This record gives sequence, C-alpha cells and structure tokens, in this order.
Amino acid sequence: MNIVSKRNWFFVFSLLIIIPGVIGLATWRLRLGIDFSGGTLWEIKFEQRDQIRPQEVQEVFSREGAEAVSTAPTGQNTVLVRMKTADEKKIEELKTNLAASFGKTTDVRLETVGPTVSKELTRKALMAVAIAILAIVLYITWSFRHVPKPASSLAFGVCTIIALVHDVIVVVGIFAILGHFLAIEVDSLFITALLTVIGFSVHDTIVVFDRIRENLKKYSAFSFEEVVNHSILQTFARSLNTSLTVVFVLLALFLFGGESIKNFILALLIGIISGTYSSIFNAAPLLVVWHNIVSRRR
Amino acid sequence: MPKSPRLVLLSIIILTIAAIVIDLPRVKIFGKSLRHPEINTKIFKRDLEPKLGLDLAGGVQLVMSADMIGVEVQDRDSALESAKNIVENRINSLGAKEPLIQSTKAAGQYRIIVEIPGISDVDQAVSTIKKVAHLEFRILKANLPPEASDSARPEDFESSGLGGKDLKRAIAQPSQDPQTPGYVVSLEFNSDGAKKLEEITRENLEKPMAMYLDDQPISWPPPVIRAVISDGNAQISGGFTAKEAKQLAIQLNGGALPVPLKIESQTRIGPTLGADSIRKDLFAAGAGLASIVVFMIVYYRVLGIFAVLALAVYTLLTFAIFKIFQVTLTLAGIAGFVLSIGMAVDANILIFERIKEELRWGKPKHEALFAGFERAWSSIRDSNVSSLITTAVLFNFGTGAIKGFALTLAIGILVSMFSAIIVSRTFIRMFWGISIKK
Repeated sequence: MNIVSKRNWFFVFSLLIIIPGVIGLATWRLRLGIDFSGGTLWEIKFEQRDQIRPQEVQEVFSREGAEAVSTAPTGQNTVLVRMKTADEKKIEELKTNLAASFGKTTDVRLETVGPTVSKELTRKALMAVAIAILAIVLYITWSFRHVPKPASSLAFGVCTIIALVHDVIVVVGIFAILGHFLAIEVDSLFITALLTVIGFSVHDTIVVFDRIRENLKKYSAFSFEEVVNHSILQTFARSLNTSLTVVFVLLALFLFGGESIKNFILALLIGIISGTYSSIFNAAPLLVVWHNIVSRRR
Repeated sequence: MPKSPRLVLLSIIILTIAAIVIDLPRVKIFGKSLRHPEINTKIFKRDLEPKLGLDLAGGVQLVMSADMIGVEVQDRDSALESAKNIVENRINSLGAKEPLIQSTKAAGQYRIIVEIPGISDVDQAVSTIKKVAHLEFRILKANLPPEASDSARPEDFESSGLGGKDLKRAIAQPSQDPQTPGYVVSLEFNSDGAKKLEEITRENLEKPMAMYLDDQPISWPPPVIRAVISDGNAQISGGFTAKEAKQLAIQLNGGALPVPLKIESQTRIGPTLGADSIRKDLFAAGAGLASIVVFMIVYYRVLGIFAVLALAVYTLLTFAIFKIFQVTLTLAGIAGFVLSIGMAVDANILIFERIKEELRWGKPKHEALFAGFERAWSSIRDSNVSSLITTAVLFNFGTGAIKGFALTLAIGILVSMFSAIIVSRTFIRMFWGISIKK
C-alpha cells in the first residue's frame, strides 16, 4: 500500500472538511457561552407542575424586563433560561414572580458571569492555546535535532504544527456549524477540549515521526519517500488501535454520560478522530512535500 | 531495568495493596463496615475522603469584586483582607463543610472567591455572605445592678447607638504609655460618632463598652470607659500583642469600612444535578473501561491480559494519589482522568505492536520483548512530554474547570508512564518469561 503517493487525495479530503467549517466560522462565528460572552444561565425546576412550556416562562421574564431572554426545556418540568447578566436583586424579583405564577421552584443551577470575568477568561484561553503550540514546536524541534540528513528537525516541528492546526480548525469549524444549526455553545470546557486535542494530535504525530526517525537511520539506501511510507504502514496498527480505545471511552461518555459534558466529549471525539487522520495522512506526507521542495532547490 | 524482577513485582504488589486500602470507599461486607483509614501523624494529616467539586457535589461559587473606590490605595490590601475574614466568619457560621475562601488581586481588580460545596440552602448562603458587616458598640443594659459590670456576660449588653458607620478607622499601634505596655488600637470617629461617643462616655464612665461584629462580641472581656472622650479619638488598651491589636483593628475596620462586595460571577448547582451527573458519568466511564478491556484481550490475547492488569494497578494508584493530595474531582477532572487511561493504554499498545513486529522479524521471544520496551520508549517519552507541556500551560493559564482537568491529566500521564514501563514489563517478564522456559 502506498499512502504517500496518494497524498494529494488525502489533502483534498481534509480540505473538504475544513473549507465548509471555515466558511461557517467566517459567517456565523462561534456561538459563545456565558463563560466568554458574560450573562446569566438559569435552569429552573417547577415543583408543582408536570408540564411546563418555555413560552410561559419567557412571558414572565419579559414582563419583568429581563434582557435577551431565550428559554429552552431541559426536561418535563425544567426550563433553561439565558439572559444578560442579572444581579442578585433582579434574580430575587424574578424568583418572586415565578413563584407567584407557577408555585414553588428550585434552582437546578444558576450561573452568572460578569463582563470583566468573561473578558479575562477569553484572554487567558487564547494565550493558553498560543503558548501550548509554541512550547510543543520548540520541544519537537529539540527532540528531533539528531534526525539524519537530509531531513531537518524544523520540518518535523512545523509539520506537527500544521497537523495540529488542521485538527483545531476541524473542531472549531464543525462547532461553528453546530452552533448555528443546533445552538451548541462554546464554553471554557471547549477550550479544554481543544487543548487536549492539540496534545493528542501531537502525541499521534510524534509516534509516526519517531518511527521515521528510526527508519531513516536504518534504511539509508531507500528514498525519503519510501522510508516515510514504510514508517506510516508500520505504525498504522498502533495508531488505529490507540484511537479506537480512546474513541470507545469517549463514545461511552457521550452516549451514557451526563448532559453537562456532552459537548465537551463531542469536541474531543471529533478532534481525536481528526488527529489520527492528520498524523497519518497529512503530517507524514507533508514531510515528503517539504523534502521534495528543499531538494529541488538544491 | 532493575536486575531482580521479583523484587520489583513485590514492590508493585505492596504499592497496589496500599492503594487499595486508601481507595476503599465505605462499604459493608458480611455485616462488617469497611472503610479507608485516616492518616493522622504530626506532619501529615488526611482523612482520605474523596473531594468532590461543585459540579458533582452541588453548591455555590461566588466571585465577588470589592469596590475600592473611596479606599486609599495603601489601605486596599488590608481592606480586602478584613472583608475576606468577615466573609469567612459568616460562612463558618452557616456550618458549611470545607468552604474555600480566597482573596485575589489582579490587574487592579480586588476579588474574593468563595466556594461552598454541598450546601443545600444556597439563597441563604448568598444573602448571609453579601450583607455588609455590622459593627456595633454596646453598653450594659440599663436595668442591671451596678455591681454586674464586673461579671457581665455578652447578652447583658444593648446597643449604644454607636456603630460601624460612625467609625472612620481603627489602627493598631505601639502603646505610648509606659503604664500599659504592648499594643493599643486607636479609634477615630467622624463628627457624628464623636458626638455620640461623648454622650455615651459621659453616661457610662467606669463601665464596660463592648464591641460586636454581626452580633458576635469581639475582644472579650470588653474594655472599660476610663474618661469622657469629646474629640472622637478613642484608644483601646488591654496589653495586646502586635498581632492581637492588628486583628482587632481589622475586625473593627471590617465593620467601619464596608468595602462593598459585588457578585460578579456565580455558579449554583443544585444537589440533584450533581448526583445525577456522577451516576451517569461513572456508568459511562465504566462502560468505556470495559470496552477497552475486551478490545485489549481480544486483540492482544495474553499480552492484553497483562496490559489490563497493569491498567488496574494504574487506576488504583492514580485514584490513591488523588485522595492523598486532595485533588478535587470535577466533571472536567474525571474527563482528564479517563483520557489519561487512554494514554496509558496507548503506551501498552505501542510496546505490544513493537514486540509483534520484532517477533515477525524473526527475533527470539525474550529479545523481541526487550526490544519492544526499549524501542517504544522514545515514542512514549516524546508524546507524553508534549502532553505534559500542554497540561502545564493549561494549569498556569486556566481557571477552575480547566485547572482541574490539567491536574488530573498530568498525574494520570505520570502514573501511566510508570505503569507502562515498570508494571507491564515486570508482569510480562515474570509470567511470560516463565512460560517460554517450560
């Protein structure tokens, strides 16, 4: 099997996923959760009602002048309300009014994030992603410094980053689309998922690259392209098996786990599948592309 | 590689047994109730209860910003500190279990962060925390006999009308009077307060005047009024140490200097949501683990069994470490733990695939084994180090949930490297090695 020679097909496949995602991101942006946008999220349980329609709740909130209300049912008698940041007094008022209209209610959860906190969080999240990427490039370039000529350790570092940026764009793009159509929001757990995907993507890529490094020393008679292809095939079983085990666990968490981590797990699932693909079909073939460009110049 | 695998195996077994003892939940077996022990020595004390975060145990987290406008720059730190102390006292008065109260100062923002897990009446907690500390000076009740003043109890006092809003500030300073050595607390009242103080001191000369913060007496026994004070500058001298005087000043300022606390962010999780999440996620994690076990054994046969054993040791050890270091478990934290299990499996898969390859190339079994572990090491090292870099960045820049995730993942990765390299290898060398010899 020759994976490297069919590399353009694999690049095209990646683009087919990435391009709609990027367009979605450009048109709709990500749907930001209250962690980043600020606001109040309030899940209310109506103890004395078997059925509750979100519209009824919405009316009470609008009457009280709560801003930008959206309501969605989360169960038979629970409703999730989101609105602009409401202070303690406003919440007390709303509570009194809800009790007057619907009887006893309890808070399943109530989250308020003020504008300064959300700004800080956004800044920190972006910084975390940037620093993590930079640190990984440096580590790989350093770790692969003894790679035999004609390969360069910088190529390994840069190709790893291209693969991981690929995975980040895939996840972010898909979530932009999901945000538009299914109202899935991006919160600080999403950033955690992204960083995990980054870690995993690099993890996967390194395993393939490590084998290339070893084989370059062993099979100096073969061409660079042949060595890369051979290394991909040798590590294929491992890459698939590892991803499978992780995907098993994630699928179990996605199907049976609690509602609050569903989106987080979904981001991880997409990212890890993408990470496995990109390390085999993008990162290693890209090394060959890099190598060909450099040798043609000489 | 240590020379004697027997010794290593023995150490692994001892470690595992220790981990099992630490991990023991409260269970009943044959009518006897079993539970994990408590560690209680002079330097190290742990009750070994698993710490559950807000999202699992339910509870409330409040991020409150202190409004420092109107507070002198040099006084801001102590104002924040006194506000924190008051908040702490109030939360303790609620009888909350293991509340966490922190004060932070970043980019000109003064904040107090409060976390109270497992509290049922969140509304009451929030209103108790938020109210401004109420400082009151009290005098003996009018109907008490004069001789009661020496043995007065806290409930024998009534409001004097002088309170926190009358006090400008309280300062701890060394005593200037050689007759009363040590430290004193100087009080400076505003004009309103000065008028009231003059009246009170005139009417209650040589009687005690007690100070109450939120209806709790502070600095007991109460000081006695020795003179009529008309300029609004009073002094409490009671042979205080520097620390005591400072403490009292902070408490008085807390009432006098109500740094208004504004709730910036809050999270309230009802106990039912938390319990529900735990049940579902534990089930899901169990299902995920079971699928790994089946996959490993079906695909790798004997080697797979060793890997599953190593994984069991891994899980026990990691959980024991969580308990010893009191890592707070949150949903994100559990996700990090589960992911680290995936990485632990990966290390095993890397090694086994390598062993299979070496066998295919015609190496004898023991050499293939050795080479498998040896050659897989560079992959395991590089991939895990880059994951550890990610967790370090996350831990430093993240907040709340992200920090928890990074911590459990990092611990998991470290233990997984130990498990893959030492535990799996020892198991395989001991048992697989023996089976070749036969």
